[in-house]
Amino acid sequence: MSHLSEQLASGRFVVTAEVAPPKGIDLQEALSCAEGFDGITAVNVTDNQGANMRMSPLALAALLVRRGIEPVLQLTCRDRNRMALQSDLLGAAALGVENILLLSGDHARFGDHPAARPVFDLDSVQLLQVVRGLEEGHDMAGRPLRGAPHFFAGAAVSPEAEPFELMFQKCSKKAAVGARFFQTQAVFDPHRLERFMEAARPLGVPVLAGILLLKSARMARFLNEKIPGVRVPAHLVERLEASSHPLEEGVAIARDMTACARTLCAGVHLMTLGMEERIPEILQG
Amino acid sequence: MIISSRKKNEELLQALEGKGKVFLVGCGACATACRSGGEEEVFAMQEWLQSTGRDVTGWVVIDEACHIMRAGRDLRQHRAQVEEADALLVLACGAGVQSMSSSTDQRVIGALDSLFLGNIRRFGQYEEKCSLCGDCILNETAGICPVTNCAKGLLNGPCGGLEEGRCEVDREIDCAWHLIFERLKRQKRPGVFARTVPAKNWGKVRKPGRHKIKS
Repeated sequence: MSHLSEQLASGRFVVTAEVAPPKGIDLQEALSCAEGFDGITAVNVTDNQGANMRMSPLALAALLVRRGIEPVLQLTCRDRNRMALQSDLLGAAALGVENILLLSGDHARFGDHPAARPVFDLDSVQLLQVVRGLEEGHDMAGRPLRGAPHFFAGAAVSPEAEPFELMFQKCSKKAAVGARFFQTQAVFDPHRLERFMEAARPLGVPVLAGILLLKSARMARFLNEKIPGVRVPAHLVERLEASSHPLEEGVAIARDMTACARTLCAGVHLMTLGMEERIPEILQG
Repeated sequence: MIISSRKKNEELLQALEGKGKVFLVGCGACATACRSGGEEEVFAMQEWLQSTGRDVTGWVVIDEACHIMRAGRDLRQHRAQVEEADALLVLACGAGVQSMSSSTDQRVIGALDSLFLGNIRRFGQYEEKCSLCGDCILNETAGICPVTNCAKGLLNGPCGGLEEGRCEVDREIDCAWHLIFERLKRQKRPGVFARTVPAKNWGKVRKPGRHKIKS
């Protein structure tokens, strides 16, 4: 049993954070980031996030396991067909990775290899089903596995996406096919998070609210323009703009959202993007 | 129909290097309709080739360049001109180009890029609605194809990039799943949302394609 699954089961407020594999093989920064986390249950290892090519998250996740840090391996359908996904999942299990977050993945058009052929052989719902099959001891073709893996498989949700009903049907499907936890896309609007939690609570899947540390108004605008599914409301952009210490303002915003998540969710997933030292302040919320 | 567009001069010049005599082939079907390889475009190509100092030994617009036997027959009718040429320049889709290359050992050069199977909105405005995946789900998706119209070809609803009903890849474009959702709602049926759609059988896309339909 992973710590993440145990702590979510115990009802304790859970905190996860994330680290990106390096572009290259110099692991120093990624490892010291992961080792520097304090009070974090598990660390997500992102998978070519934003469709920018980096080291395999499976490699970094395995290295974290060796160091006694519990990873959440992110796995997208963008870069692997069903064979590669299954074989990476088996490899992950063999390397001691239990927590996985299964994603469709940002389209390749956003990243540094826009000419790449996006795969999307499976979608995230189907990938969750595949994981269940592997755990039951067979692959997608129905062939038996010699040694079945055990995972704690989660999925992503976008609580603020509109239309809500359409977004939510996908979320329900993910729960129905065995998502054991949800990590949300960055949320900035307490009311929208509340609306989502009201709908999601009956699904019985613990939700970790995505908290993204905004460092400046410029960054907020960049996210709005370039990052799919992230929408920083105008009033927060203005607040950052007006502040003489935008990073402090960003920490305050993240702290407020964390406080909100404490009343609504099973935990938070922190995206601090190089500002990991601010995590203790954010968690004061 | 198959939507195609003319390759850039630069690329054509590269392909035509050392070819002083050229026989031109157009297509009377799709390439004529989308104005990339009809009679008019063949004439324009002829003028351009002549401006680069090349001779055009002759030309033909085949009714349907994808018809292998017809293409072969039409070429035979122009045998002398074809044989005189250093290369055939074909203003047709990839299928048309290959009708030619399977009818002659002469050097065959494609002048167009084949883009997609397109619906016509109005002249010059084409929309890709079907990707010929061999495993049609349209009856469940209110007649809107997610394999083609969802940027990721997802089968179980929209991705997290959905924003105000728009696609993450292009905010000008409606999310296909939003369109499906809205139309199914108007039709008062759950359609595809009633079930988890299993992984697609890409084995039905036969490569190399060898469909033979007997009548």
